[in-house]
Amino acid sequence: MTRRSTPALVLLHIRAQNRLFWRVPIGAFFTLALPVIMLVLFVALFGNEPEGSVVGTITPAQFYTPALAVFSVGSATYTNIAINLSTRREEGILRRVRGTPLPPWVYMAGAVGSAVWIGVIALVVMVGLGVIAYDVNLEVAKLPAMALTFVVGSMCFAMLGIALAGVAKSASSASALANATILPMAFISNIFINLGTNPPEWLQVLGDLLPLRHFGLAFAEAMSPFSETPAILWDRLGVLLLWTAVGALLARWRFRWDPVPGANGRTTRRGRRTTA
Amino acid sequence: MATAIEVRGLVKTYGESRAVDGISFSVEEGEVFAILGPNGAGKSTTVEILEGHRDPTDGEVSVLGIDPSRGGRSFRDRIGIVLQSAGIDRELSVREVLDFYGAAYSSRRPTDELIELVELGEKADDRVGTLSGGQQRRVDLALGLVGDPELIFLDEPTTGFDPGARRRSWDLITNLRSLGRTIVLTTHYLDEAEHLADRVAVLSEGRIVAEGSPASLRSSFGSGTTISFDLPAVDGSLSDLLDPLTGEVRGRDRRIEILTSSPTSDLAHITTWAVAHDLELGSLQVASTDLEDVYLQLVGGDT
Repeated sequence: MTRRSTPALVLLHIRAQNRLFWRVPIGAFFTLALPVIMLVLFVALFGNEPEGSVVGTITPAQFYTPALAVFSVGSATYTNIAINLSTRREEGILRRVRGTPLPPWVYMAGAVGSAVWIGVIALVVMVGLGVIAYDVNLEVAKLPAMALTFVVGSMCFAMLGIALAGVAKSASSASALANATILPMAFISNIFINLGTNPPEWLQVLGDLLPLRHFGLAFAEAMSPFSETPAILWDRLGVLLLWTAVGALLARWRFRWDPVPGANGRTTRRGRRTTA
Repeated sequence: MATAIEVRGLVKTYGESRAVDGISFSVEEGEVFAILGPNGAGKSTTVEILEGHRDPTDGEVSVLGIDPSRGGRSFRDRIGIVLQSAGIDRELSVREVLDFYGAAYSSRRPTDELIELVELGEKADDRVGTLSGGQQRRVDLALGLVGDPELIFLDEPTTGFDPGARRRSWDLITNLRSLGRTIVLTTHYLDEAEHLADRVAVLSEGRIVAEGSPASLRSSFGSGTTISFDLPAVDGSLSDLLDPLTGEVRGRDRRIEILTSSPTSDLAHITTWAVAHDLELGSLQVASTDLEDVYLQLVGGDT
């Protein structure tokens, strides 16, 4: 047998990571099911009428569908990649990979590719539910804008996930850091709450500095009944690209393949102590 | 026979501490070479440098004619690593893990053959996380062999095994060796090194304190005799007792041990001295030294 070609190796590792994702039900629940539950709950709580609803001139479903779709893409990429990579580093799996002829970037491509694929699924489920159940607007002419926004946004959050795995020492701190960053960010980024036209200025500024709001607004534009085709918000995508670059630099600077000494007592999940 | 590994003056420091303190050795192709030593002696650090996982602070290292710190993909294609601290994806089956990791090698052993080799046939489709510790170590071993390597690193291959599993792993390693593979193994079990290795380097505090075949280690150190006794309370200097002895004297509390190759004359001197001082030597023992004692002496006490 001879070695597989590099594209075949990338595909193989996307499939491997994808299998791992589905075999850990808790991750699948938080990524896929939870945002769907939130959409159903929000619509049930706020009704689905544009007049007098908490979100103003559009229906709550029209507001929440793109927002929660973006949120689930964020957790499919950013949260999952940060937790998975740091867990696998802690367990010494990344160290094993480094001892094989597999190019490191192929392993990373597997992790990113799988996360982006899960993001596609999350997005389709969310948008599908919004369109079918809640009469959310979807226009064929704006599909390229949705696809482009998704690609730019998911790559941005995937890169930030790798960066976070580089910054976090242990899997448990990666998990805590991921949630402690994405959840407050979602609150100030028009994801869980429509901030309306006059939020406090410092919140506005903070939200504009961070990537999630731009991702959400660009995606909402691509789904809006009022936007003009092609509905691509280039300036927002530009901010996401900037954050992608920040994530790439941080990942390059901080990411390590070997377990971090002292993190979680340096035990593997199999319970053996690692040696110095 | 060609040289598989050449190490000259290898040093690895972490801050002030010297984990590896200037060691040199070479390993021939087809040889089984054991690095023996207690925990913290520098075994793992040495092997990790040979594997390319760590860069040396100083010294020259050549593995299969390549500098492992710059070896890259083509180097790792030719070696197999069975690393104590490397985990396996628990949610994948044995077969999947072998397929996924095997795919990156330019030549590879078929998955079924490997599963048979490590005797995991019945567990082939079980998830790695459901296997016992010993079974997981066998998956580990299979992963080290999946690329049909010329050189195999085994980091403490039987630590934590029960005696039966240990014996089976030994058979497997002996098997690999008969296929002409070069094997470097680390262990803190003397009997393991003795059983498996053609040559042994004993490592203590980052230095090689003895090197040779198990038989030569035994003959150069192990042919001696240990005389030991409890020293009674005596006034004044012991130099008239200890100085004339030919053997090496060690003391722990009031227990004196003399490792000697002239037991008859040393014993005669000791008993003459005791009789002259009208002393009785408690628990006086004369025993031939075994290899374990030599090893413990070399590495400085308890392991």
